[in-house]
Amino acid sequence: MPKVTVDGVELEVPAGATVLQACELAGKEIPRFCYHERLSIAGNCRMCLVEVKPGPPKPQASCALPAGEGQEIRTDSEMVKKAREGVMEFLLINHPLDCPICDQGGECDLQDQSVAYGRGGSRYHEHKRAVTEKNMGPLIKTTMTRCIHCTRCVRFSEEIAGVDEIGAFYRGETMQISTYLEQAAKHEMSANVIDLCPVGALTSRPYAFEARPWELKKTLGIDVSDAIGANIRIDSRGREVLRVLPRVNDDVNEEWISDKARYMVDGLVKRRLDKPYLRRDGKLVAATWNEAFEAIATLKPGKSIAAVAGDMLDCETMFAAKKLVGALGSDLLEGRQTGMDYDTSSLAAVNFNSTLSGIETADAILIVGSNVRVEAPLVNVRLRKAVKRGAKVFLIGPKWETTFGGEFLGDDLSVLGNLPAHVSEALKGATRPAIIVGGAGLGRGGLEASLALASEFKLVRDLEDGTKWNGFNVLHMAASRMGGLMLGYAQKGGIADLVAAKPKVLLSLGADEVDYTRFADSMIVYIGHHGDKGAHAADVILPASAYTEKAGTYVNTEGRVQWADKAVFAPGDAREDWTILRALADAFGVSVGFDSFEELRAAMISEVPALGIEGLADYGSDLPAGGGSAAGQIAYPVKDFYMTNPIARASATMQQCSAELLHGEEIAEAAE
Amino acid sequence: MADRYIEPDTPELRARWGNFAWTEANAAKAKEIVARYPEGRQRSAVMPLLDLAQRQVGAEENTQGWLPIPVMEYVAAQLDMPIIRVVEVATFYTMYNIAPIGRFHVQVCGTTPCMLRGSDEIMARCKARGMKTGHITEDGLWSLTEVECMGNCSSAPMVQINDDNYEDLTAERLDVVLDALARGETPKAGTQEPGRHTVEPVGGPTTLTAMVTENHDYRGEW
Repeated sequence: MPKVTVDGVELEVPAGATVLQACELAGKEIPRFCYHERLSIAGNCRMCLVEVKPGPPKPQASCALPAGEGQEIRTDSEMVKKAREGVMEFLLINHPLDCPICDQGGECDLQDQSVAYGRGGSRYHEHKRAVTEKNMGPLIKTTMTRCIHCTRCVRFSEEIAGVDEIGAFYRGETMQISTYLEQAAKHEMSANVIDLCPVGALTSRPYAFEARPWELKKTLGIDVSDAIGANIRIDSRGREVLRVLPRVNDDVNEEWISDKARYMVDGLVKRRLDKPYLRRDGKLVAATWNEAFEAIATLKPGKSIAAVAGDMLDCETMFAAKKLVGALGSDLLEGRQTGMDYDTSSLAAVNFNSTLSGIETADAILIVGSNVRVEAPLVNVRLRKAVKRGAKVFLIGPKWETTFGGEFLGDDLSVLGNLPAHVSEALKGATRPAIIVGGAGLGRGGLEASLALASEFKLVRDLEDGTKWNGFNVLHMAASRMGGLMLGYAQKGGIADLVAAKPKVLLSLGADEVDYTRFADSMIVYIGHHGDKGAHAADVILPASAYTEKAGTYVNTEGRVQWADKAVFAPGDAREDWTILRALADAFGVSVGFDSFEELRAAMISEVPALGIEGLADYGSDLPAGGGSAAGQIAYPVKDFYMTNPIARASATMQQCSAELLHGEEIAEAAE
Repeated sequence: MADRYIEPDTPELRARWGNFAWTEANAAKAKEIVARYPEGRQRSAVMPLLDLAQRQVGAEENTQGWLPIPVMEYVAAQLDMPIIRVVEVATFYTMYNIAPIGRFHVQVCGTTPCMLRGSDEIMARCKARGMKTGHITEDGLWSLTEVECMGNCSSAPMVQINDDNYEDLTAERLDVVLDALARGETPKAGTQEPGRHTVEPVGGPTTLTAMVTENHDYRGEW
């Protein structure tokens, strides 16, 4: 714990801290471009110069200088001021003055820092360098003349994403950042380099020239494109969501989000259900809300009603539907749309117990039936970190391109029953062993067999430092899954129980993955926001809100309860889901016991108290014993990363990504 | 330098170099080079291997040699490293040619000492002979590059042609060297000043004269 003095204030900094971090601890702002907390230190922008004694009598790059005992650091001296002005002047030599047409304007590090730390004017009259634009695919727009060579994007793709695809070609002034042969950046997290870029060299292509940052309303939200519950900021103007950016949450998404989370939002204005529809003579016909409710009132389902929850639902909607179904006397609720029927009697057995940040510390990991890279890109990043720390990873399932190495053991679940000797040894010898069971590994006895391994390898244990370790993890793919399970959206036999019950009315809450042919005899009331598979099968469509259009509680795959706010209003006649369910209660002539969102939320919290506390819900650490044997070929459920939910399927950007990046179509550019 | 560019990856380029493989001799050499580095650090061999590949390409097409994209990919595959890291190295160092090059790559130094000693004249003579920076002459013999200091300041001006330096040049002496090369001869490398051996003072030493024949202790005379 070295003691340093920053601008005359003495403070103690953690061992291994850099001078820059010491200055930040002292509350001093150090300008920087290349330095980033989550990337390796490059030290090539020189903007973070400070004066350090003892040392050479010249300014030093604080980001790359370790803080040492007795250092006297000055961030406010004349030398530092002049050094910053000088660096800024050099950086601006080749940076174009095109801020008025640059999308980074208003949120540009270079702009802000040149105002704060630069000289008042320019002394430069010579020619500026110009660099050809580079193709980086459908998501990243490049204007490489603006590049200041900080190499954050290069380091991100190498270190975080684990896909070496961006590099720095040539050298010195002529250095250029590009992908190899200008191929599109092809991993699931590629667009994060847009946030990392401190200037306008890499900007968002779908968002190009849409808005200035100060015009946007910023709402804190939760991503629903996968079960990780990434913290996002929804930027909207008027009634339209223009973009989604990650928020920093070290426990969940650090500061990254997947490309799908970021770019599916343009699907929020396409294929929307903006008025109620009724099926008349086999055709869906637009109707008014009154007509819709009148039609529903004639259904009189009695007890014969069931509800299926979609993958992107908030807990409030599911609770409201549960109350409605319950008021009618039924308890047929299911959220696992594709027919999975794993045992949910212990929520700890279907939870990501090690927590997302905890999996980084695991030292031996067995992944059962999960293509983590497309099912949860943010977990893939964590796994890569774990491997960098020395973890061994073994995978059961068909081969996919990992970014962290790992050994594939075979693609049949029966491998669980006879693990190769070196694998069991690795898990036995590990201090923090972990198993991750993915969607494809849950069924056909996979969960039980994995639980048996969990007790065999003592995945739940007390560590030497006194903390508890629970290395049994289930990696879900639906944002609504854990919330749904907490609210009882699970039947013993899965959705087959609903089919067997032959309900007169099936409430489909944005459930687009269900095989509706099995509900041919039921009246399907679809409450959702997109005209996707669910709506096609529906007899009554009640237009509802997407995740940006309602406040809600979400529980991610590690059981973390998070709240999201409402960013914009739903289009047309669409309403928030809970109001629709409340009105349905009137149509069916029953009472659900709430008249406002606050009452609904209070009722939900009184029934499931964990949903009222932000943070990890406690499911206990006792795992069921499991057992039995698993067998069967594993097939990953996600065939197309960019097309996993109705919003993404409606999004032009995601369609383009799917076509270009996954199916290799040539870029279809309009002939000019 | 600014006109360095990677030869575009065209189907023709793929057809010509797509099945590049080491010759038997070079394969053995490559193996030996890779073995110089510790296990798991094979990537360190990227620079000597690129040089070897460049020379093999040169031998195949009778030029100084250059690195087509498929050849870089071949090296990347051998060292099990991402191709982009190889391209970064190849584009950074100017001794790797990343576009086709002539039989003789004439690199004229134009930095201050050479300029003061007449590199402009050298450059002008090269251009008078039909060379143009960044281009190959039509007969495929010459490529011209203006470079910065090559460290031969005491025998300036100089040019580097492929692996040899030619120093103490005048336009006439350059002609002699280039004509000899064109005829397929190997002119004497190093200084072209008659009577000069390497970079010793022209016309005999003017300082430390007592040291010429024997060791002399000057310390008492300071």
